Amino acid sequence: MSAPRSTSALLYLSGVTVSFDGFKALNNLSLLVEPGEMRAIIGPNGAGKTTMMDVVTGKTRPDEGEVVFDGQADLTRLDEADIATLGIGRKFQKPTVFENHTVRDNLLLALAGQRSWYRLLTAAPTRAENDRLEEILAVIRMRPQQHMSAARLSHGQKQWLEIGMLLAQDPKLLLVDEPVAGMTDVETETTAQVLREINKSHSVVVVEHDMSFVRALGVKVTVLHEGSMLAEGTLDQVSADPRVVEVYLGR
Amino acid sequence: MITRFLWQGVDRKLRWFIALVLAAGIVPVLLNLFTPPGSALHVPAWALQLVGKYLCYAALALAVDLVWGYCGILTLGHAAFFALGGYCMGMYLMRQIGSRGVYGNPILPDFMVFLNYKELPWFWRGFDHFWFAAPMIVIVPSVLALALGWFAFRSRVTGVYLSIITQAMTFALMLAFFRNDTGLGGNNGMTDFKDILGFPVQADGTRAALYLASALMLALFLLIAGAIVGSRFGKALTAVRDAESRMRFLGYRVEGYKLFVFVLSAAMAGIAGALYVPQVGIINPSEFAPGNSIEAVLWVAVGGRGTLIGPVIGAVLVNWAKTYLTGALPEVWLFALGGLFIAVTLFLPRGVVGLWAQLKAGRERSRRVAPA
Amino acid sequence: MTPSRVLTGMVSLITALALAGAAVAGDLGTLVVNLTTGGFGDRETAINALAASGEPRAAPILEALGAGRLYVRPADKAVVIGKAQGNQLDLTDALTGKPAGTASEDALQRVRINNRLRGVIDDAVGSLTLLSPDPRMRRSAADSLFKQRSPSALPAVEHALAAEKDAGIKRAFAEARASIILASNDASKAQKLEAISVIRGRGDRDAMGFLQAAASSSDADIKAAATAAAGSLNQTLAVWEAAQNVWYGISLGSVLLLAAIGLAITFGTMGVINMAHGEMVMLGAYTTFVVQQVILAYAPGLFDASIVIALPLAFLVAGVIGVLIERSVIRFLYGRPLDTLLATWGLSLVLQQAVRTIFGPTNREVRAPSWMSGSFLVGQIDVTYGRLWIVVFALLVFAVLILVLRKTPLGLHMRAVTQNRPMAAAMGIRTPRVDALTFGLGSGIAGLAGVALSQIDNVSPNLGQGYIIDSFMVVVFGGVGNLFGTLLGATALGIANKFLEPYAGAVLGKILVLVFIILFIQRRPRGMFALKGRAVE
Ligand SMILES: Nc1ncnc2c1ncn2[C@@H]1O[C@H](COP(=O)(O)OP(=O)(O)OP(=O)(O)O)[C@@H](O)[C@H]1O
Ligand SMILES: [Mg+2]
Repeated sequence: MSAPRSTSALLYLSGVTVSFDGFKALNNLSLLVEPGEMRAIIGPNGAGKTTMMDVVTGKTRPDEGEVVFDGQADLTRLDEADIATLGIGRKFQKPTVFENHTVRDNLLLALAGQRSWYRLLTAAPTRAENDRLEEILAVIRMRPQQHMSAARLSHGQKQWLEIGMLLAQDPKLLLVDEPVAGMTDVETETTAQVLREINKSHSVVVVEHDMSFVRALGVKVTVLHEGSMLAEGTLDQVSADPRVVEVYLGR
Repeated sequence: MITRFLWQGVDRKLRWFIALVLAAGIVPVLLNLFTPPGSALHVPAWALQLVGKYLCYAALALAVDLVWGYCGILTLGHAAFFALGGYCMGMYLMRQIGSRGVYGNPILPDFMVFLNYKELPWFWRGFDHFWFAAPMIVIVPSVLALALGWFAFRSRVTGVYLSIITQAMTFALMLAFFRNDTGLGGNNGMTDFKDILGFPVQADGTRAALYLASALMLALFLLIAGAIVGSRFGKALTAVRDAESRMRFLGYRVEGYKLFVFVLSAAMAGIAGALYVPQVGIINPSEFAPGNSIEAVLWVAVGGRGTLIGPVIGAVLVNWAKTYLTGALPEVWLFALGGLFIAVTLFLPRGVVGLWAQLKAGRERSRRVAPA
Repeated sequence: MTPSRVLTGMVSLITALALAGAAVAGDLGTLVVNLTTGGFGDRETAINALAASGEPRAAPILEALGAGRLYVRPADKAVVIGKAQGNQLDLTDALTGKPAGTASEDALQRVRINNRLRGVIDDAVGSLTLLSPDPRMRRSAADSLFKQRSPSALPAVEHALAAEKDAGIKRAFAEARASIILASNDASKAQKLEAISVIRGRGDRDAMGFLQAAASSSDADIKAAATAAAGSLNQTLAVWEAAQNVWYGISLGSVLLLAAIGLAITFGTMGVINMAHGEMVMLGAYTTFVVQQVILAYAPGLFDASIVIALPLAFLVAGVIGVLIERSVIRFLYGRPLDTLLATWGLSLVLQQAVRTIFGPTNREVRAPSWMSGSFLVGQIDVTYGRLWIVVFALLVFAVLILVLRKTPLGLHMRAVTQNRPMAAAMGIRTPRVDALTFGLGSGIAGLAGVALSQIDNVSPNLGQGYIIDSFMVVVFGGVGNLFGTLLGATALGIANKFLEPYAGAVLGKILVLVFIILFIQRRPRGMFALKGRAVE
């Protein structure tokens, strides 16, 4: 594979293959995400969407292929912490917040900035950091719950908290895995709004099965199937593609 | 800066508890020294020695809790660090015996004469000076913890794997220390100490001083642990315990956090072991026995993991029960100990301290409900 | 018995054969009575006559006579052999070899001998063994002559060599002859060179010693031949030694396998470290002890079968206790592996103390049945029957277990649960039942291991403690959830241990292996043959 190493794309995947005991979860997948772009990724269960995010965030090492971030960083050589520090944030399919911490502490932990253990031993939150926390609490509308332990939040509130943590992390690229699973229609609508808001200052990749949500985002869509890209374009374009109807939408 | 660091995270409850520990350190010593032996208030030296031992165990429990309760690493080998600290102290005390040993050799401790050593092994050098032995008490356990932790945490060994590795470590050390060739006294270990810092170890005054030192050590450890746990580092640490991979995806180098706590905790255990040895008067390889480390974990579980007060209470309670039972009903003790393990994990996952908090919360709730 | 006496014994034997036809015809009873009557001179004749009789009882009787343990019982004039048993003598009838009660020494008449007779007896016994009807006696006589190399024994050896029919023993006599020739001063060079090649052919450590000695000979040819032979033999021996170590390693590995395999199942399926696993092994060993005691008390005839009878019982005892433990403690702790570890440790203390209370703190003896005692040589490898059976048994258990996992519904369900617990539950597999049975199975196998270990380890309340760390190491080293990995892991660790021992000593060897595994786990936390996939997360 002689693809160019330096590219203008924010995220560049080329020929990525991942196999688990011979089963190819990703098969020669290529994908480009431009700076400032929001991209929706859809595909049937087991298409490899989550695995793709695992590869980008360093959780899973690809057997083959290139993964380049921001035109230079080779993500296949870095570990999760390095990649996060470079500016890639991730929201998991299953919401994971720190249950024993308060809402505010969850956000504080996610807040961009100090990560090294010896600094954190003595560092108290600065004024600027506290201000930023207030801002985020306002955006996710959780100021009243800020001192509540995260374990006592409802499922939807945890989703919101995770989005708040992503905001606090302030990454260049957000990977969001099924953010509206289990949400009411109203919540789904608000989430779409928030994501569009976030997209003003960040690039976003969203994985979702909920078509009305994808439609509400109104962005370019990539369809994955059996580990490779099946189609790409607007939602209307890909919905018209007979292969996509065959493997995914039609069912 | 250090004082700010120490006070920022220490909450009121912990301050009171530290004060309590200090009082428990000072008052009996005063009563021992300034009341006549016949008086009702007099605290005999053997009692100081016994409780001093408990205090060292409490410090060990606190060290275990720091890694287990706050960082989720179930260590089954902490007694090894405790014993290593103890051995460093033992080596110093052995060298203080000088020519007063049975064989009267001014350089070689008795067991070496007995085993036909011609000269002091290289690693004994310097241990005749307290200024050398004291840092070694911290360095030796720390370096071992650093080496083990560095490999283990970097390769992401977690859970029961890590537990068993730590147990294998202490088991291997036990085997090594049992060997005569290791040059550390073989299965008899080291004993018959005479002086510490020029004072006779058996003297009442020395015992009182050692007791006081143990209490001060425990108070200091509580202060340090409290500061760490209350800092942003502490928040990150418990987050690592609860959701390690999430922390990685937030950009934290989890290894650094674990390693720091693990090494710090090993150092604490080492110091506790060093104060333990002159009070009990012996150190031998059975201190490395895997069961000892697991028992230390039990103290933490009984008191309440993930709290700082819990391990201290647990260590004192369990050891007090042990002293009583092994004396009064020796065959019952292992049943009791085994039953305690099962009961605590099944019914008291948050320990005595947790139970207390639960009861208090329950009472408050019922009080609030009652008038309505 | 010195070789010169063998020689004189031979000579007198041949004379006796030729002359004393009548005596040979006499039955054993008369021959023995003759021993006890008459003067010392008559007795000498009687001794030689008995030796020449070829009776199998001759050797023990003569030996007893030489040791002053042959008596006449005045009451019935019976000739008996006595063996001290406290103040009393345990008697055996000299003629039949059957027990003949006990008596105090005062009540018996010792058959007296003098120093001269003692020599005659020794010679007679020696020659009896060279020409004994029992091939094992002849073989051991040949071997001792090979080692003693006394020149005066040469004629006797050559005589025996010529008379020998059994090819293996003939060869042993030939080797004995070669060894004597090589050591003697008046053999020819050609004889000696031939002897060197015969000795080289024997190929054991004794042969090596003689060849090395011959290599310092003043004769250049002999020196060269011996040096060459010693060199090549040395290599052969090194190979044998390695093979012996491999065997010891396999033997240790089979013990590790037995101890670890149950743990591999419970850990692989449920992610649970059962710290009381070693105590299941201990319970199996105590079951064997109890079974053996009951058999000794009520049916001594079944003694040789006691181990076999103990197997199903040990499996049941440990298995049922395992199920009880799972139902009463472990099932409340799923998803909390570290708590499980602590609780099961507590259980192990309780079980140990319970056994200590019932059976006492000291070691209990479980005796080996006859088919498990003794040993044999494979080439230069010394194989004891006990160890051999344990290896066979371990492989058998392993094979049966694999079959159970592959072919039975329980096995299918267990594998399903191992691979994906929630999915298995969703498909209607009753995971709690599978867990309980798995735990019972793992514990039962530990019980079986206990039966085997009762043969080689001290049966004490602490028996199990030593095995838990080792077992876990084996499981992890082999790869969790992979039974073949456990097999290979056990063998590899067993062999590694035994190869390190000669260089580092047993304890240091063990430490080295532990350190190695600690490092290994850190490199490959999932073991040699890791399962990939979701199961590991
Ligand atoms: N660690 C793993 N081990 C084994 N197989 C895996 C692993 N991770 C993913 N897979 C397999 O790879 C395939 C792709 O999984 P992935 O989670 O990426 O799908 P997905 O597109 O996110 O599906 P969904 O819409 O259900 O979330 C699946 O068949 C899955 O079983
Ligand atoms: Mg997915």
